[in-house]
Amino acid sequence: MYKIAVVGDYDSIYGFAAVGLDICPVKSREETRDRLRQLAESGYGIVYITEKAAAELGGALDEYMEMRLPAVIQIPGVSGNTGAGVQGVKKTVEQAVGSDILFGGVGE
Amino acid sequence: MAAKQVNPTRMELTRLKKKRITAIRGHKLLKDKRDELMRQYLDLVRENMEVRVKVEAGIKSANRNFVIAKAGMSEAALNTALMAPKQEVSLEAGDRNVMSVDIPVFEYKMRTADENDIYSYGYAFTSGDLDGAVKSLADVLPDMIRLAEVEKACQLMAAEIEKTRRRVNALEHVIIPETEESIKYITMKLDENERSTQIRLMKVKDMMLEEAHHYSEM
Repeated sequence: MYKIAVVGDYDSIYGFAAVGLDICPVKSREETRDRLRQLAESGYGIVYITEKAAAELGGALDEYMEMRLPAVIQIPGVSGNTGAGVQGVKKTVEQAVGSDILFGGVGE
Repeated sequence: MAAKQVNPTRMELTRLKKKRITAIRGHKLLKDKRDELMRQYLDLVRENMEVRVKVEAGIKSANRNFVIAKAGMSEAALNTALMAPKQEVSLEAGDRNVMSVDIPVFEYKMRTADENDIYSYGYAFTSGDLDGAVKSLADVLPDMIRLAEVEKACQLMAAEIEKTRRRVNALEHVIIPETEESIKYITMKLDENERSTQIRLMKVKDMMLEEAHHYSEM
């Protein structure tokens, strides 16, 4: 039995508590990284992370990409959509196909 | 030119021929695996993009609702209202095997079946906007879970496709040509040895006949 968590700045994520997800408000890059590691080890199946927090983490997110669980999924925060999520999808296409043949014009 | 030094023996030749057959079969299988993975991946990634766009739009409008709700009431009241959620989501992760890639399949359950349990507060001290905001977020949730499932699958499959593609290329452009080169080298070397033996025998025969009958003196 897995749980779902949402990581990000408090303003972006407090609403998710109402629908039954666990919220983990974080402020700094280090806190985000430690929290993410902690969540990955303690039975969370999905971790939603705001694009802003994910951008601060940078490459540290890649190590979760090839793990089966947790699925770390970027969502837009309250400050707006940075397009990082869509970018992430394009990145997987590039990895698989070699170049982005599907979404060349989407989200730009 | 042989890429690396091989012993020109029959045993080595048999070994290399077996290796070539295995490599060719492996190459074919891996190529099929790659093609099938790619086919499924392309379907999946299209869905991924679709769901993502939908989820992002949903979250955006939910966030807007939350901002409005927050504007209509005090921060303390808002925090109190959302402090003790009634609802809890639990997740069941199954397994789906796509061409030997383990992909998690998520199924979620709410702790209570009552859909009104997302409102974790009495309605007396909160604004009506908050109800709408929470509702809009709850509506996005199924899509969010679907997004997590699809996006994870895409990530895992992309990694697998990359790996398979490298293997296919290594077999196609390195292992198979190298083996064939070595086989050719050994075959030529063995043929050459055989010819040289034959010539030597003919020569010896000539010499022996010469010894016995003294043809040249006639």
